[in-house]
Amino acid sequence: MSTRLQTGGRLLDTSVAREFTFNGKRMTGYDGDTLASALLANDQMMVGRSFKYHRPRGVVASGAEEPNGLVNMGEGAFFEPNQRVTTTEIFDGLKATSQNHFPSLEFDIGAVNTYLSRFLPAGFYYKMFMYPRAFWKHVYEPFIRQSAGLGKAPKEMDADRYEHFYAFYDVVVVGGGVAGLQAAKAAALRGVKVLLMEQTAHWGGRAPVDGGDVDGAAAQVFVDTLVAELSAMDNVVMKTRMMGAGVYDHGYLLGYERVRDHAPKVKGPRHRLWRIRAGQIITATGAIERPLSFAGNDIPGVMLASALRDYVVNYGVSIGDRTVVVTNNDDAYRTALILKNAGLEVPVILDARAGGGGALAQAARDAGIRVENGKAIAKVKGGKRVKSVAICAQAGEGSVLEEIECDAVAMSGGWSPVVHLWSHCGGKLVWDDADAMFRPNPEKAPTGEKGEAFVLTAGSASGHFGLDAILQDATDAGKTAAAQMGGKPVDVIAPAASARNEAPLEPVWMMPQGANIKLRMKAWLDFQNDVKVSDVQLAAQEGFESVEHTKRYTTLGMATDQGKLSNINGLATLAGALNAPIEKVGTTTFRPPYTPISMASIAGSARAEVFQPIRNTPIQAWHDANGAYFEPVGHWRRPYCFPRTGETHAQAVEREILQTRKSVGLLDASTLGKIIVKGPDAGKFLDMLYTNMMSTLKPGKCRYGLMCSENGFLSDDGVVARIDEDTFLCHTTTGGADRIHAHMEEWLQTEWWDWKVYTANITEQLAQVAVVGPDARKVLEKLGGMDVSKDSLAFMEWKDGVLGGFDARVYRISFSGELSYEIAVPASQGRAFWDALMDAGKEFDVMPYGTEALHVMRAEKGFIMIGDETDGTVIPQDLGLHWALSKKKEDYLGKRAQERSHMVDPERWKLVGLETLDGSVLPDGAYAVGEGHNANGQRNMIGRVTSTYYSPTLGRGIAMGLIKHGPDRMGEVVEFPKIDGTLIKARIVDQVFYDKNGDKQNV
Amino acid sequence: MLILECPYCGVRAEETELHAGGEAHLKRFGPGSSDDDFEGYLFARENPKGVHLERWRHVNGCGKWFHAARCTMTLEVFGTYKAQSFEPPQNVKDAISAKRPGWSWRNFS
Amino acid sequence: MGTGFDVMKRYSVFAVAREAARYHTGWERAWRSPMPKKKYDAIIIGAGGHGLATAYYLGKNYGITNVAILEKGWLGGGNTGRNTTIIRSNYLQDPSAAIYEKARSLYETMSQDLNYNVMFSPRGVMMLAQTEHEVRGYLRTAHANALQGVSTEFITPKRVKELVPIMNIDGPRYPVLGALWQPRGGTARHDAVAWGYARACSDMGMDVIQQCEVTAVRREGGKVVGVDTTKGSIDCNKLGIVVAGNSGVVAEMSGFRLPVESLALQALVSEPIKPCMDVVVMANTVHGYMSQSDKGEMVIGGGTDGFNNYTQRGSFHHIEETVRALVETFPMISRLKMLRQWGGIVDMTGDRSPIISKTPVENVFINCGWGTGGFKAIPGSGWAMAELMAKGEPGPLAEEFRMTRFREGQFIDESVAAGVAH
Repeated sequence: MSTRLQTGGRLLDTSVAREFTFNGKRMTGYDGDTLASALLANDQMMVGRSFKYHRPRGVVASGAEEPNGLVNMGEGAFFEPNQRVTTTEIFDGLKATSQNHFPSLEFDIGAVNTYLSRFLPAGFYYKMFMYPRAFWKHVYEPFIRQSAGLGKAPKEMDADRYEHFYAFYDVVVVGGGVAGLQAAKAAALRGVKVLLMEQTAHWGGRAPVDGGDVDGAAAQVFVDTLVAELSAMDNVVMKTRMMGAGVYDHGYLLGYERVRDHAPKVKGPRHRLWRIRAGQIITATGAIERPLSFAGNDIPGVMLASALRDYVVNYGVSIGDRTVVVTNNDDAYRTALILKNAGLEVPVILDARAGGGGALAQAARDAGIRVENGKAIAKVKGGKRVKSVAICAQAGEGSVLEEIECDAVAMSGGWSPVVHLWSHCGGKLVWDDADAMFRPNPEKAPTGEKGEAFVLTAGSASGHFGLDAILQDATDAGKTAAAQMGGKPVDVIAPAASARNEAPLEPVWMMPQGANIKLRMKAWLDFQNDVKVSDVQLAAQEGFESVEHTKRYTTLGMATDQGKLSNINGLATLAGALNAPIEKVGTTTFRPPYTPISMASIAGSARAEVFQPIRNTPIQAWHDANGAYFEPVGHWRRPYCFPRTGETHAQAVEREILQTRKSVGLLDASTLGKIIVKGPDAGKFLDMLYTNMMSTLKPGKCRYGLMCSENGFLSDDGVVARIDEDTFLCHTTTGGADRIHAHMEEWLQTEWWDWKVYTANITEQLAQVAVVGPDARKVLEKLGGMDVSKDSLAFMEWKDGVLGGFDARVYRISFSGELSYEIAVPASQGRAFWDALMDAGKEFDVMPYGTEALHVMRAEKGFIMIGDETDGTVIPQDLGLHWALSKKKEDYLGKRAQERSHMVDPERWKLVGLETLDGSVLPDGAYAVGEGHNANGQRNMIGRVTSTYYSPTLGRGIAMGLIKHGPDRMGEVVEFPKIDGTLIKARIVDQVFYDKNGDKQNV
Repeated sequence: MLILECPYCGVRAEETELHAGGEAHLKRFGPGSSDDDFEGYLFARENPKGVHLERWRHVNGCGKWFHAARCTMTLEVFGTYKAQSFEPPQNVKDAISAKRPGWSWRNFS
Repeated sequence: MGTGFDVMKRYSVFAVAREAARYHTGWERAWRSPMPKKKYDAIIIGAGGHGLATAYYLGKNYGITNVAILEKGWLGGGNTGRNTTIIRSNYLQDPSAAIYEKARSLYETMSQDLNYNVMFSPRGVMMLAQTEHEVRGYLRTAHANALQGVSTEFITPKRVKELVPIMNIDGPRYPVLGALWQPRGGTARHDAVAWGYARACSDMGMDVIQQCEVTAVRREGGKVVGVDTTKGSIDCNKLGIVVAGNSGVVAEMSGFRLPVESLALQALVSEPIKPCMDVVVMANTVHGYMSQSDKGEMVIGGGTDGFNNYTQRGSFHHIEETVRALVETFPMISRLKMLRQWGGIVDMTGDRSPIISKTPVENVFINCGWGTGGFKAIPGSGWAMAELMAKGEPGPLAEEFRMTRFREGQFIDESVAAGVAH
């Protein structure tokens, strides 16, 4: 039985009971309990099932390294799988259920895998399930997927809120144990700005459990004093429940703060992701105890020795009445002594070292505990709970000497520094023979912006274990980090503290050392993923010699704990199998985050409506109020059409077009890019930017221009207006405004920096409305003001003036083929101007039209659209736009590129109009086919549709397309297969379908 | 998450403020240039493991283009300088030489 | 059926049972670990998926088995083992559709061909259309695919929701307007692809030599004669360079430059959960894609960093943008946790399409520039590269991917959907 003790419970407030349920069973814990300690206090030893064999799994650790204790938590919009019980603080109403079993935790059909485990060694799935071929997708894979996975998938939208913090510190200390506290103090005393974070709710780390004195007092006193001192310092910020999640280049550090996981009823964000720039980072992240590899080490009740004493001291929970301790080092004796002091039985301590332990071992003997040197566990017996251990000689092959009944086993294989944060950004490790561990190599620290080391380690994270050495190391780290950041040269002296007084550890990577195959097949390395000693050995035998190969072949260390308990034991097993030193085998790469962090915290607050901000025109509110159906265009949303009650979108578009062509329509054209290019060299500059000659444009006139990339491809188009001798206004496409402005700046700053030109993107300074249709002029005349007659303002001219009281710049340009004015007014006047136009247009039945009507009308007129007729592979020559390519200019961007062999190839597809023989609309994106197939067996294609619409004006389908030799094939019929294989025939025609002579726009 | 100091406004700009613009000091070849030169200008890239001279724009800041000398293996930044340069200034070259003796990049060393 | 493994070496359920009876003591090495010979007919630098596949098809299709594959690290340790394992061939341009569909079709039978279960799972790949422009782009692709022999279709939002119930198709920012759906696209177990090829190559007598870095490419009279390596000097008649992100470095050893830049591309996985998504979803407007692995992890990929980088580490803001986009698309992942993020170095060419080509050096051939999409191409790429190396001239699969296309201006641009609209 695991149960609550009468005494102990350093972290508990036993006056506050907390009610929770596990698999529907009501349980009680205390304030300060983790879910793990509370479950154990309620004798819930078994908490889940393993990934592959569905073996019973109990809690094995007491912190972030826990591989087994993962549960589903919460319900509905608060449901979350894979919550780690050792790092979950309990609260009233907590609901947890166990994972990875069917139908129940106690009886799981999947557990049949454990009986088949002999047939399911590492990598078995690569060797079978291949026949018949279709079975993988339809039989094997669904079965494997169903038995894999751990927690259930959430179903609902997360109802919690998350946020980001941006923070800047000189020194950030990760880890609030004695090393972290002391390092923070040492740095802070030198006057630099310090952030100290601790992943649990408590300061002090392991020291208060493990004992030892500082300055003659207990470690807890030292911790309390330090916390008080640091809290009083203005240059120190202290955060608990905040984990250092990842270290990135140039001092970037992620802090993951679980603001109210422990108190869901409190208001506020659930998680806060701190995005920190740190001058120096000190990782005081401690060390993690290693399991020992003996048969049956995965049976619930087998636990890390340190965890066992944590549960006694911190939570007043005993794991069992009779605990066998098994170790290769002195530290585990502390567990035995603590158990004994708590009145619990320790029938035997099995010390694998032939020479046994030091002072702590003597203390155990003095306390009356039986200690056996050179002994080991041959096997743990039991199913869902430890029943007994069979003892053997460590030096042997597992012959059982004695069997001892017990209900818990405390194991210790030594300690490994937590080197994750050190390693994320390239810090290197060195193998330490004395303590059989990888520790940070301070000579090869991660380097930052200036090539300087920017991560330091402190305490056991450096590989120190005596309190005195830990505090000295932490003091040094704090001082060094502060000095790096320009701190004052204040000398800080480490306090006097207990020294490590232990006999040396002896590496034990397999127990017993000659364990036979049957034992090795029951000795777990990775408890969650079910990787055993025999699996790693099999991988080596099959040639998976690289540590990365072994990891991937066996899945060692790939579980949700990312191998915190299993990696070193696995490496050592691999090294043994390869007969190579461990340091030669090396480690796998440590990647962020240290422990998993919520996706929601990464996404932050930018969700739903604010996921990506929407750019609005000054007239947007009118569109919203008048039922516009929008389409996203860049970051804008433009009205696609304005459907009226009962209308489909297609009907609305048709109505808008017919009305515009018949009388007048309005388009909100505010999104069109507007860039001012100004300076004595503006004309020269635009001559390089556009394929046309712009320098010859007269003030007051407009010219349609094309822009190409240096690679020759058409990238944007628009109307350029010359405002005065030195000033041009360049219109770009809606999507192109920012891009083209950046393009201009790039060439101005990096190539022609001696040219006297400035640019300014004034897109959002102006609202722009296109007034389009035969009655357009009448509408403007009704508004009154400037003269907009043909004589005063001819086609392709612009003029400033006042219209209906609004300061306006009026361009006579047309993208529809109709009489058309594009009128710019200050953005602040945009809505009022729109309203005035709607008002003035009433008698002409004015209607707003959307982007689709715009598209159809320009297609009827045969105008190209960037993004339709172009796709980044089309050059102006393909579109018959030779007239816009100045022959007089020596150079423009893209000109050289257009001279390349493929660009002048006569086989390039060229723009033409297309009319279906039956009047139907060609499908969007259809290709024209020629004869036969190419060498790759693909149908030979001779062209494609670039724009295709139903033209309400003409009452039939019209299209434009790029066709091989198209302009030479006028009148010929080409075939376009639909996706279903049927053909549509279309005739090649002139691309201008409407008003070929331009009579309508030029009135 | 790089930090580069903008040589114009002096801001130590984070990567999210910046736009990367590829290799620096490309010589433009226009009409009349050979196929080799034009291809080299538009496509051939040093792409070194080590010291790289590259273009950046402080796009969410002052808007200026500048150059950086940076190591592609460690991401160490040796210096930044204005884009209106035909070669890295001596102090940047010295900073690179101090850390990567014997370095060379195209015609510079 | 497939390779010529003898009865004792063949993998099967019977072999597993036989070995279980003797505690798996009889399994042989999946590939030998030889020292280099003095000379080979062909040397391939790079034992990633593409290099190993090249070697495999040199042997299988052309009987050339006196081949060494040199790997400076461990085989399959580059991008083959770091990608999001998506396999699809719904490309727009003819040359891309041809080689990716060849690859996809080879994936269909790869497990049987290699006698190694690479777990090809044709679960279907969908690419979401979230703007009108994307709708038109994918309609175009669907039409092209129909003529290219690639089976795709454009499906409605309703069908999208049926296939992926966990998706939010209603926006608010970018409602789903449809999707390009390739039912026979899917995923495979990435490491197994490298291992399966390596095992098959080794079985054909080829030498897969790991921990062997090439330090120089030896040439005589404009022709390759061998390479110097950290395991000594090796002669060869033909040399294939298949080293992805390191292409620039090896090309420089061979005396030519490439239109290639090396950038970091990142990916991440969630903790595993029970099956909740049966297809692969790519959302290009918001830049993210996601599938669920057989282990239950949600496998997520996003965009590349913009700057040259060889560190295999990327910048966190890309992870943030990708996760944000996917939380928006799949609200249920909000309360899942990111288990691990990592980066790989991808080699990007001037048109973002690969190079499979002869080079200025006679008998040196290069296969690189797969950028963000290399895994799906592995068998097709190896097939085409083997043909190029065996014949000395490209076959139809490789022809258009020649290096000289940049000089000619004949790009293979798959980013046409990124064009702009008014």
